[in-house]
Amino acid sequence: METTERPPIRPKFSIHNLAFFYGSFQALKPISLEIPEKKVTAIIGPSGCGKSTLLRTLNRMYELYPGQRAAGEILMDGENILDPGQDLNLLRARIGMLFQKPTPFPMSIFDNIAFGIKLYEKPSRGVLADRVEWALRKAALWNEVKDKLQQSGTGLSGGQQQRLCIARAIAVRPQVVLLDEPCSALDPISTARIEELIAELKQDYTIVMVTHNMQQAARVSDYTAYLYLGELIEFDVTDTIFLKPRHRQTEDYITGRFG
Amino acid sequence: MNPLYRRRRIVNAFNLGVSMLAVAFGLFWLAWLLWTLVDRGLGAVSLHMFTHTTPPPGSAGGLLNAIFGSFLMSALATLIGTPVGVLAGTYLAEFGSRGWLAPATRFINDILLSAPSIIIGLFIYAVYVTQTRHFSGWAGAFALSLIVIPVVLKTTENMLRLVPNSLREAAAALGAPQWKIVTMVTWRAARAGIVTGVLLAVARISGETAPLLFTALNNQFWSANMNAPMANLPVVIFQFAMSPYQDWQRLAWGGALLITLAVLALNILARVLFREKNPLR
Repeated sequence: METTERPPIRPKFSIHNLAFFYGSFQALKPISLEIPEKKVTAIIGPSGCGKSTLLRTLNRMYELYPGQRAAGEILMDGENILDPGQDLNLLRARIGMLFQKPTPFPMSIFDNIAFGIKLYEKPSRGVLADRVEWALRKAALWNEVKDKLQQSGTGLSGGQQQRLCIARAIAVRPQVVLLDEPCSALDPISTARIEELIAELKQDYTIVMVTHNMQQAARVSDYTAYLYLGELIEFDVTDTIFLKPRHRQTEDYITGRFG
Repeated sequence: MNPLYRRRRIVNAFNLGVSMLAVAFGLFWLAWLLWTLVDRGLGAVSLHMFTHTTPPPGSAGGLLNAIFGSFLMSALATLIGTPVGVLAGTYLAEFGSRGWLAPATRFINDILLSAPSIIIGLFIYAVYVTQTRHFSGWAGAFALSLIVIPVVLKTTENMLRLVPNSLREAAAALGAPQWKIVTMVTWRAARAGIVTGVLLAVARISGETAPLLFTALNNQFWSANMNAPMANLPVVIFQFAMSPYQDWQRLAWGGALLITLAVLALNILARVLFREKNPLR
């Protein structure tokens, strides 16, 4: 890691006693952790342990569904985003998100990216075109699509669609990017490209990713949180988690002896 | 052979045979119906039918006024019913996840969907025709629009429900307010399905007779006045087919064939459109 010259690590999110409920089912036991700024933090754990639930509290995506609620406190740069007065649209405009399956909108490649930009800005045509190009270059997709920007985004391959979604997310210049198993539907080559991209994006963005793939967590993340049955078992620097975890449970999961 | 397996094969063959008989039974009547329609109707279809208005008994004529009236009332009914149906369906699928209003609306719509069309005709008769004191094209269009609304509402809701939630989440994650998510993303994704629903609603109303009997009634002459009784194919077919005059009966067969072909064309168009233009498939 090339972090030696940087100032001390600042938390982007400070999570205090966060609990989460689907109706009466408690999916997260009170969790506290600090997610560092401009680093990649991976959340790992077996299916149903609450990884995605935790991720989805960070942009309050759960609010789309009745019966889901969070309790506790999540400070983003010191401001509690769970506050009922928090404007959800403005919060989400600062936090990009990528999903398991690519989610291109049914519109042209250009419009897919312009959609997000035009939500909160009124750029001129030229500025808009520049920003779309910038985002596509940043997502390493420009060379493949520059001649067909007016074609439908749904016509791209799975890996290209996922990179289109990355471009769309960063085009609005968020501070944070949330990744919910972004490579689970992709082949190894596309996965490698997305991982390279993540490594590059952490220069500018705080990245939180949920993954089922332990090698992936080890390869791309700086910090790793291990969740089991809604509890945070361990959170540390990724190397520590993978080389000498403090908890037996973490070690069992990572080495595949998990029963 | 294993006796269990042999028994299973016999049961399978029996059930398959019964199913095929049922299919043949259903198709037999349909084919007979279509054959009769084409056999009797084709003779009446000519250019004359499209250029002349309905004749008095014993003289030559066509169905021009009835075709025009049907077209006009169906078009107006679609124009009235589609926005209502699409907006209400959108409410049910996109905004109605909390509270009692959406489930209640959905329940009432399901009843309206299966309401006998004659009741819709009587309803418009009672609230509109008795007020204006005459049958009219508007009354016919209103009655037909009440049939369009539940069909369009139901398909709109169902098609929007087919749009994966991940698409809504992706738009929400960019900070899009809900009305933008609906108008820019989910409507687009469901567009082919919603248009299909509208076409099927048009197909449905183009053959309806009962709601027009009490509303638009009929008109022997050419009329484009929406405030006067208006000719239309279903009622003309009804009248002419019941009459003792052979040339009227012939025209009725011709009109019946015409409606059937129009409905067939609409259904084919709806299917093609849904298959070709659906971004979700």
